[in-house]
Amino acid sequence: MAEIKNYTLNFGPQHPAAHGVLRLVMELDGEVVEKADPHIGLLHRGTEKLFEYKTYLQCLPYFDRFDYVSMMANEHAYVLAVEKLLGITPPERAQYIRVMYAELTRILNHCLWLGAVALDIGAMTVFLYCFREREDIFDFYEEVSGARMHAAYFRPGGVAKDLPEGLLEKIKAFTERFPGYVDEYETLLTENRIWKQRNVDIAVVEPEAALDWGFSGPMIRGSDIPWDLRKKQPYEVYDKLDFEIPVGVTGDCYDRYLVRVEEMRQSNHIIRQCVDWLEKNPGPVKIDDYKLTNPPRAEMKSDMEALIHHFKYFAEGFHVPEGEVYAAVEHPKGEFGVYLISDGSNKPYRMKVRAAGFPHLQALDYMTRGHMVADVVAILGTQDIVFGEIDR
Amino acid sequence: MVQDDLEKSIDGASDGEALRQQFGDQILDVIQGLDCPTVLVHKDAIVEVCHYLKSRRGFEQVVDICGVDMSEYPGHPSDAPRFFVVYHLLSISRNKRIRLKAGVGERDIIDSVTEVWPAANWFEREAFDMFGIIFNHHPDLRRILTDYGFEGHPFRKDFPLVGRVEMFFDDEQWRCVYRPNQLENRVLIEKTWPGVDRG
Repeated sequence: MAEIKNYTLNFGPQHPAAHGVLRLVMELDGEVVEKADPHIGLLHRGTEKLFEYKTYLQCLPYFDRFDYVSMMANEHAYVLAVEKLLGITPPERAQYIRVMYAELTRILNHCLWLGAVALDIGAMTVFLYCFREREDIFDFYEEVSGARMHAAYFRPGGVAKDLPEGLLEKIKAFTERFPGYVDEYETLLTENRIWKQRNVDIAVVEPEAALDWGFSGPMIRGSDIPWDLRKKQPYEVYDKLDFEIPVGVTGDCYDRYLVRVEEMRQSNHIIRQCVDWLEKNPGPVKIDDYKLTNPPRAEMKSDMEALIHHFKYFAEGFHVPEGEVYAAVEHPKGEFGVYLISDGSNKPYRMKVRAAGFPHLQALDYMTRGHMVADVVAILGTQDIVFGEIDR
Repeated sequence: MVQDDLEKSIDGASDGEALRQQFGDQILDVIQGLDCPTVLVHKDAIVEVCHYLKSRRGFEQVVDICGVDMSEYPGHPSDAPRFFVVYHLLSISRNKRIRLKAGVGERDIIDSVTEVWPAANWFEREAFDMFGIIFNHHPDLRRILTDYGFEGHPFRKDFPLVGRVEMFFDDEQWRCVYRPNQLENRVLIEKTWPGVDRG
């Protein structure tokens, strides 16, 4: 019998299936992975250090750049943290707008995830289908904020601007056609023989392991733990909305796929409810305190005080009371949290961002052990890794 | 079975009180924070406290571990430990959160909680990388986010925002090399406190 030696294989950082800049050093026994050591940090920008030198408003756009495929969901965690320290609650309309955009973002994220994973596994078509829908959602982003991706739309105290006229009809039309699109994806994948061979029983995570490794979001729900912050620790108006939490049974890659697909349908359902509410309830979209939000443009033209407030707001920012707070949202990838320590000034003293993907990627070693090299790509895909948030 | 044990161990007392009863002096303070209770723990007791919280109070998950450099915090006593290690724990069965804080001086080491939750591994590596906090009994305490061969701990308050070195491509050696950086720290907006007039 030929003598087979273990060898070490370097994967990435420049590899299309590395989902960005992952460098993975794998120890292989033949084609079986014995150990996987992710080397991260190639996208580290020191954002948490930068925060300490920025005002609270200047910090906000950095959040778009954490998980750059679900921009507004990141902003959401940040504004919730700041609002909790300030002790303010945005108007209900702003909350509905935020929830609507958070759910649009979830679809945006899951579409990219599905397309990218299918592409990794060899199905080109799904990628094209998914990106078609992403384009629609980018249009909604652009209409409301002027930017297709890095919106900076959520602000402490509300949202930057009210929805432009006609946008709700467009979003409504999207929610009407989107379930059909999800059916299309499912036709291509759910019963697909190759897709099942690549995903079923791959990287089974037992519920206990999912807890130990700090999983959250679809990763923990795939392992049959019905944990969703939107239901369990509701923020904004999620307690007024009707939606279900899908859970997996076996905790393999296929279950996590099914969970995410069902989440897209549920998000669509939530968006629909938000659109209905927003159509009936006009009103303010930010709090009425010009120490914390900027005054309307028209008012600035005639009122000197408004002009001063505008100047102070953008030049000096606002002061956040001393204290510390942790705020988390159910991000498309899991629990995205912001731990904020304020010393009472106009800049955060320390802000720690808890990225959902960080513990997931850490568990890659656990999940890949004993699998073939080809499965590593499927497992990396199922974790929905984005390096913007992991490296920060 | 496990669930039954858990129910028995959790008698009405809040997590903070229970910790006080169990650990006495090792629990320095319990504060009801804005979001969840904050417990100040002596650093030597952190592993026992975490074991207790996980097995008897149902905190199955460690959500986050991070370092905080308190050296420039207004009013922070100079003889108090320079760093905090902050643990955010989550109980999925009880739907509760708790925050533990342990003070760690510049020359102290704190025990690693990787034996309690394997997920603590990378979080502690990050705290080590960014602040230079050393975790005892950590299985693999390497740098995680900074470059191979990086010097210093960038999130310390005395580390300049622009860093100490910059990388550039050297034509003669035909490779990337570091040199001391030429950048200056710019302050675009001053840090201000309410009620302080800047004139």
